[in-house]
Amino acid sequence: MAVPTLALPQKKNYINAGSGLKSWLLTTDHKRIAILYLISISIMFLLGGLMAALIRMELLTPAADLMGSDDYNRLFTSHGVVMIFGFLIPSIPAVLGNFLIPLMIGAKDLAFPRVNLLSWYIYMVAGVMVLWVLFNGGLDTGWTFYTPYSSSVSTSEVLPTTLAVFIMGFSSILTGLNFIVTIHTMRAPGMTWFRMPLFLWSMYATSLIMLLGTPVLGITMLLLFAERVFGVGIFDPALGGDPLLFQHFFWFYSHPAVYIMILPSMGVISEVIAAFTRKRIFGYRFVAFSSIAIAIFGFLVWAHHMFVAGMSIHAALIFSLLSYLVAIPSAIKVFNWSATLYKGSIQFSTPMLYAMGFLGLFTIGGLTGLFLSALALDVHVTDTYFVVAHFHFIMVGGAVMGYLAGLHFWWPKITGRMYSETWAKLAALITFIGFNVTFFPQFIVGFLGMPRRYHTYAPEFQVLNILSTAGASILAVGMILPIFYLTSSLWSGKRAGKNPWGAAGLEWETESPPPQFNFDETPVVTVGAYNYGPVEDKIG
Amino acid sequence: MAHSDHDNPALGHHWESFEQQHQGNVMGMWLFLSTEIMLFSGMFLAYFIFRMLYPDMFTAANHFQNVFLGTVNTAVLIMSSVTMVLAVRSAQVGNNRLLRIFLLATAFLGLVFLGIKAYEYYEHWHEGLVPGLHWTNAELIADEAKGIFKGSAQIYFFMYFVMTIIHALHMTVGLGIVLTLWWRARDGRFLKEGFDPIELIGLYWHFVDVVWVFLFPLLYLLGKQG
Ligand SMILES: [Cu+2]
Repeated sequence: MAVPTLALPQKKNYINAGSGLKSWLLTTDHKRIAILYLISISIMFLLGGLMAALIRMELLTPAADLMGSDDYNRLFTSHGVVMIFGFLIPSIPAVLGNFLIPLMIGAKDLAFPRVNLLSWYIYMVAGVMVLWVLFNGGLDTGWTFYTPYSSSVSTSEVLPTTLAVFIMGFSSILTGLNFIVTIHTMRAPGMTWFRMPLFLWSMYATSLIMLLGTPVLGITMLLLFAERVFGVGIFDPALGGDPLLFQHFFWFYSHPAVYIMILPSMGVISEVIAAFTRKRIFGYRFVAFSSIAIAIFGFLVWAHHMFVAGMSIHAALIFSLLSYLVAIPSAIKVFNWSATLYKGSIQFSTPMLYAMGFLGLFTIGGLTGLFLSALALDVHVTDTYFVVAHFHFIMVGGAVMGYLAGLHFWWPKITGRMYSETWAKLAALITFIGFNVTFFPQFIVGFLGMPRRYHTYAPEFQVLNILSTAGASILAVGMILPIFYLTSSLWSGKRAGKNPWGAAGLEWETESPPPQFNFDETPVVTVGAYNYGPVEDKIG
Repeated sequence: MAHSDHDNPALGHHWESFEQQHQGNVMGMWLFLSTEIMLFSGMFLAYFIFRMLYPDMFTAANHFQNVFLGTVNTAVLIMSSVTMVLAVRSAQVGNNRLLRIFLLATAFLGLVFLGIKAYEYYEHWHEGLVPGLHWTNAELIADEAKGIFKGSAQIYFFMYFVMTIIHALHMTVGLGIVLTLWWRARDGRFLKEGFDPIELIGLYWHFVDVVWVFLFPLLYLLGKQG
């Protein structure tokens, strides 16, 4: 079965199945749509990164050097909007999920291929609107759009941005819908629920959140939009409205949205750890169900963002308790991954390096989340750099590291080429170091009382800020390197063959890059995921 | 056996069988409707919060609704649900003539609903009940100034307009799809195995009707008993 074959240059695959721009822009092939998403979100990521660089430059000294407070407000708002809505939310689902879900379950495509393409176009329309806002005045409300500032005070581009976020939501909803139906109805014969790779369980849980959370953000944006246009509404207290209602609505989506960002990464980490320890994930069912538990609990904790907003203390207590409970399924995952490492034959390839980085950084991010769920401690650190550090550990240390792990793991499958392992390992190391130097000092400076969202600060915080900015420069190198070695691998990379890592899973049984309809014949599944025997030699 | 199904163009290339395709399509529509439920829930929640905060204002503002037209519209929508069910049934049993008749009837009733709704909006405009744009209703403004009720009656009408306009948009989209399907049904493509699109628009149409069934009592029948 595993005859070593090198893909011949002329062999038909999804990339050379059609040529010309039109064949890409009108494709309904989930693999090509994944590539379209990859290109679009990479542009967003670079833009968001550029803004981060500007923020760190401004914060090098306590004084205002590069810009005034108005520009700075616009800068960190754009950084947040672009990174969250433009990059993190779609990242793993729209790129890796799109590419892999049909391959992993042995299907020819997603359930609704045209809806899939539609979701990319919706994303692009909203993305262009966000870019238009960036170059036409920007937005200064913070990515949280808090009322009444956003509805009645701000003179920046609130309307087009809320509209863009509303529209972008549909792209997310359609993706989630497509994934759930596909996983439910299109699994190959023998692919039972508990034989599925854990990546699919986490994509399923993510899709649930996309489907049930996003519309609430949508209606919130719509109500805010209407309030701003007509000068009447329900969020501005001056009009008889309730600003806390906005915050409840907003966080009802935006807390679960954190799990839209992190759950897919958790799925990637399960795949990568299994492949590079040559072991079945310890406690498979616990890890699978913990994804679903995170999705469910995630909907019940939103008000921990509002402890100092004037909420009843009894409600706050309950939300605090529930927030602690989310830690349980997350911890189950971390413990089970660690247990998988035990007596595994560990191989530190690039994806595994990122996965190890994820384990440590996500743990720190998660534990500091518990600090913030504690009512008393939260009062001390609310709106300080402690919060900024916490969520960057989750979103960059967790979500982005997971995305990079997945991108490096499946790059040979997507492109049919191997990248330079030396450069890639170097980049992983630089990213890890740069990340820690950037964000760890922010925990300290936040705990010491430096507030977020200001472009000036007290002089005693400067040393830690210099450290953070220095770290950001290192991190930038780590983020830019992959652009070069991944791109150059397309021309000069070694051909990957079907299964360069010797990993288990249906996606590794088809060609790299896969043929247009994924498999020449519908595969039949007889074993569970991660079926690594005691002695493995499947390299082919 | 699954292979022979692929001779029929109604089966997508990526599905193994009609059964699988049907299961996927129906599930997709239900999931879409669950998204819609969450979208409307946001509005219903806001509605209930403000009704709790300002109960007297809601009753006062509510007196300006035309309950008669609202009732007629409710009846029209329920009728359209019946014709929609009959359309789905006709497709299943393979009667193309009846399918097209019932689709057209559904579209007609939908159009009647939208027409009546538009007339109601026209009335609101005349009575100065459009928040922000045309808020000139003397009675409500005077009562609010006198402090007869707490809160601004504009909030009630803000919620009313947001909810009913979004509902009407859903009706309009549904109407467009029903008419498109009616037009495309000329060649009998939706009969038997091909009836999925009819069933899906049916589910959607019923959902939009059910939303109205909640909107009507909440927006029209408040405090009429007293
Ligand atoms: Cu949260």
